[in-house]
Amino acid sequence: MKRLTREQMAQRVARDIPEGAYVNLGIGLPTLVANHLPAGREILLHSENGVLGMGPAPPAGAEDPDLINAGKQPVTLRDGGCYFHHADSFAMMRGGHLDICVLGGFQVSVTGDLANWHTGEPDAIPAVGGAMDLAIGAKQVFVMMEHHTKQGVSKIVGRCSYPLTGIACVSRIYTDLAVLDVTPHGLSVVDIVDGLSFDELQRLSGVPLINPRA
Amino acid sequence: MIDKTVASAAAAVAGIPDGATVMIGGFGTAGQPAELIDALIAQGARDLTIVNNNAGNGDTGLAALLKTGRVRRIVCSFPRQADSQVFDALYRSGALELELVPQGNLAERIRAAGAGIGAFYTPTGYGTALAEGKETRLIDGRAYVLEYPLRADYALIKARLGDRWGNLVYRKTARNFGPIMATAATCTIAQVDAVVPLGELDPEAVVTPGIFVQRVLAVGPAAQAAP
Repeated sequence: MKRLTREQMAQRVARDIPEGAYVNLGIGLPTLVANHLPAGREILLHSENGVLGMGPAPPAGAEDPDLINAGKQPVTLRDGGCYFHHADSFAMMRGGHLDICVLGGFQVSVTGDLANWHTGEPDAIPAVGGAMDLAIGAKQVFVMMEHHTKQGVSKIVGRCSYPLTGIACVSRIYTDLAVLDVTPHGLSVVDIVDGLSFDELQRLSGVPLINPRA
Repeated sequence: MIDKTVASAAAAVAGIPDGATVMIGGFGTAGQPAELIDALIAQGARDLTIVNNNAGNGDTGLAALLKTGRVRRIVCSFPRQADSQVFDALYRSGALELELVPQGNLAERIRAAGAGIGAFYTPTGYGTALAEGKETRLIDGRAYVLEYPLRADYALIKARLGDRWGNLVYRKTARNFGPIMATAATCTIAQVDAVVPLGELDPEAVVTPGIFVQRVLAVGPAAQAAP
């Protein structure tokens, strides 16, 4: 079994983003998805700080400090893109206008609860940004994260131990081992990395999984 | 004749009292009204409550204001960043009170204040630590949290161009919180790259109508070149 690299995970997520979708990519790992969107598809990227139709990073020397993404990195605007203020930007999220958002995660529960903003440690400085709005607002919420913590503990859990970002909000989970759909009956396996069996994936996961091929 | 332009940064921030609630526009440093913040630091008001998306970057702008120790409380969504060392130290020492608000709730609370809304139900944050103790309600099968408007005595914002009536247009993602903060403060102070004659801003493209703006300060290179 070979775990997917971060770029391969991004490629896998990008495959599932259809033509015409309005999409928000969260900061961190999800940002990589932009590099792998199929060139033939017209997909509009939204950024919480007031852009729709965001383009890639500008060439060195062409950065504009007034044109940045949610991670505060310089970006560009595609033809047809536009700017708007924060209340409109979050109306797009909360009002259910975005088709897909891709978020990073600390933990996802079997019922689709997401924890991704705070470790809950007493000395940690909390910062939430737009995570809670995206989690409850987009039509589909994809979470992209490693299957395990650095200590080897499953990030897919029965119940999140970290503070929640949203309840029952996740539609699909993309890890370096598998893609899982959140269903009313539990987590259903969509695909598994080459060389790993369902039983092995089950052993490596913190909750019972559904094998739709069984 | 209505003329909201002011001659100096000091005149722009004159009268901001100790204990004031001050909204400051910007997302990171994009749209941050650096000259107005510097003027507020020089002006010396203390015991301030600041509303901003972040809590300062590096050592300039909002971070420099925090460093003066004149801010008692900050309301923001994303204080912790790679370069938020000034905030981090003040927060850890207990010298600065933090109200952490999900970003969309922050924006909508500001919008609600400007629009005269008494409170609103939002799904954001329901069931999380940031909604603890707040009223909730089930509407059409979905759970919502009651959130109250966020008003300010002053708003310091940055726009690209303004005129003497206070009409404003912005530049790219530097727009962010400017238009909504302008509506939510008793006195909105806008710094602009340049003040243009009345009629020069396309009325179809004005983003902030002048009714929401009380003072306009030109800070761009054009303003400095003027006699």
